[in-house]
Amino acid sequence: MKVGRTLLVGVPVLFLGYFFVYPVASILIEAATGEGGMDFLLTASTGRALWFTLWQAAVSTVLTLLVAFPLTWVVSNFDFAGRRTVMALVTVPFVLPSVVVASAFIALGLRDSVVAILVAHVFFNVSVVVRTVTTVWARLDRSPIDAARTLGASPWTAFRQVTLPLLSPSIAAASSIVFLLCFTSFGIVLLLGGLRLRTIEVEIYQRVTTYLDLPAAGALALVQLVGIVAVMTAYARLQERRTRKLHLRPEAQVLRVARGRERIWMWSIVTATTALTLVPPTVLIARSMRSGAAGWRFLADPGPLAVDPGAAIGNSLQSAAIAALIALAVGVPAAVVVARSAPGWGRWMDVVVMLPLGTSAVTIGLGFLVALDRPIDLRTAPIIVPIAHALVAIPFVVRAVLPTIRSIRTVLRDAAAVLGASPARVWREVDLPLMARAVGVAGGFAAAVSLGEFGATAFIVRPGTVTVPTLIYRLLGRPGAVTFSGAMAMSVILMVLVGGLVMSLDRLRAGELGSF
Amino acid sequence: MLTAENIHVAFGDTVALDGASVEVGDEIVAILGPSGCGKSTLLRVIAGLQRPDMGAVTFDGEDLTSVPAHLRRFGLMFQDYALFPHRNVGRNVAFGLEMQGLEREEISQRVSEVLELVGLAGWESRVIDGLSGGEAQRVALARTLAPRPRLVLLDEPLGSLDRMLRDRLVEEIREILTEASTPAIYVTHDHDEADRVSDRALIMRAGRIVASGTLDQIRTGANDPWIQEFLAI
Repeated sequence: MKVGRTLLVGVPVLFLGYFFVYPVASILIEAATGEGGMDFLLTASTGRALWFTLWQAAVSTVLTLLVAFPLTWVVSNFDFAGRRTVMALVTVPFVLPSVVVASAFIALGLRDSVVAILVAHVFFNVSVVVRTVTTVWARLDRSPIDAARTLGASPWTAFRQVTLPLLSPSIAAASSIVFLLCFTSFGIVLLLGGLRLRTIEVEIYQRVTTYLDLPAAGALALVQLVGIVAVMTAYARLQERRTRKLHLRPEAQVLRVARGRERIWMWSIVTATTALTLVPPTVLIARSMRSGAAGWRFLADPGPLAVDPGAAIGNSLQSAAIAALIALAVGVPAAVVVARSAPGWGRWMDVVVMLPLGTSAVTIGLGFLVALDRPIDLRTAPIIVPIAHALVAIPFVVRAVLPTIRSIRTVLRDAAAVLGASPARVWREVDLPLMARAVGVAGGFAAAVSLGEFGATAFIVRPGTVTVPTLIYRLLGRPGAVTFSGAMAMSVILMVLVGGLVMSLDRLRAGELGSF
Repeated sequence: MLTAENIHVAFGDTVALDGASVEVGDEIVAILGPSGCGKSTLLRVIAGLQRPDMGAVTFDGEDLTSVPAHLRRFGLMFQDYALFPHRNVGRNVAFGLEMQGLEREEISQRVSEVLELVGLAGWESRVIDGLSGGEAQRVALARTLAPRPRLVLLDEPLGSLDRMLRDRLVEEIREILTEASTPAIYVTHDHDEADRVSDRALIMRAGRIVASGTLDQIRTGANDPWIQEFLAI
């Protein structure tokens, strides 16, 4: 067990140390010591980027809350045929790669404008709000609300005075996540913002690719990190202060069948939201089919100048498989350590594995570029792409398996031990079978993250390792209607790959909930 | 014969066991005490799940104090049964036999034998999820007895069941334990249950054993007012 324990702690610490802490530290050193790094922060263009990053994130968050509210109300209160399907459908945009979403909005003609960015962010993040709030609202014990009604509160007053305060922690949680995602949004802003609109993320990318100014990029990454840490700290404080023990019940006991006017509202909201969700994917497909399926013909025969689409798909699938394996190999041991350790130790590991989530993908990519040429030059090794993807996916893996590991009661391990199972045997007979499904879901999710990853890949991709999202970006950057249609067709392929993977995972998870 | 001598266990500043000593021969002994007196901790020390800060556990003269739980060949029935949710009834009962490395046929024979003993003949393929409290309790008892442990430890085995069911099951447990002729320690906070299941009772208070004998003997013999009051409830 000594050996096992060392591996459990050692693998995550070494991996994250070398591929995360070391690169990020190198960025900071580059920013502090490189020429003109810190001075760049005082320029007007940095100020503009910072201001735009902040306000677009804030506005996107508020808009997302407003758009998500009606559907959240519906799925948190009513049971109806197709409820699960609607939930799955609104989740699809969130798992769609940013490049795909951006392509869809370009196809809609929304390009080079603030509106395009805001609408794309809302489209992306509605499901975060719906899912996060619904898990609480749909299970919230209604008796306090009924009590308020009998005490003379109107439905609206009861909602404001009772329901809303009880939901506020989950609304705050959802808002923080959405804000963070929009704050670090890269693909959307790069593709939809044109030359004028830049977030810090995009500014970092431009500094590196256009000016090769690593000190300035490092200094911007530092600003970005400070901003993220500030948001996360505020969020943690908020959570701590606001967390109450809620009385939660099974959904089946809470949800009811809509009647009369409620029914009309319910179906209108469901129809409108699902229709809006389906617009961008439909446009993508339609655009790829235009003028005799020009996009698909282009993919079949891209000509001498383009990159091979088949190779990109192969690269993406291979990266996804390797990234999923790495993310599991690092994330599962880390989750076990977090779940099992004494509070102090466990929390330390928890913070370490969650850091990549708070860091932006662009920072990770930049860090690889700055740091990984020493001691051996990994920057040109093909494995670097799946490693970067794994780094982005690890926090998701930990979050996916941690609740399951925590839910395995110690008494089951004790029971197995008393019945004669050695510690290794207990692990094999109790922990492993009970974790298996969560690990499978986490691995699939890591693969989905890898398939759509763009921010980190953009920095480290080489001609031989072009993935589907980077290929789409390159095609969009070229003139001509035919390459544009090709980008649309490529986006459709990526959408089908990721969408199919996530939908089948969702089914797997439903089976798990049903069997325990 | 099991002896646990002068066992001390502290969790931080809380003293759970403060020099508890127990001897169990070929008999069923009840350990009776209010909640929080250290009964469950004592069972965990005997089972090997909790290392004592001080004191020794021996069985038939062999010192077990540093022997890990899975090598002690004791059976422990948990308060909330701790059935494995990913295995059906039969595979729960088979677990201890599998750990002994028995042949598949031997295992299935023993499983059906023990299930019959607890009145669940033929229940092998049922899932754990659908069992009622009383049924889960029987499966847990069968799982504990299947590997023929040298000593059975029962931690409030009827604690979560309603009164009527408890009255019926307490008699059954005594019969089953007698039939299996395994020495047993039965922990409870209910003196009626203790009286009916055991040959002898130990009264526990604040981490120590304060009285021993049949409950009648203790009632008449004790001049400690706390014991009198505890048994009078």
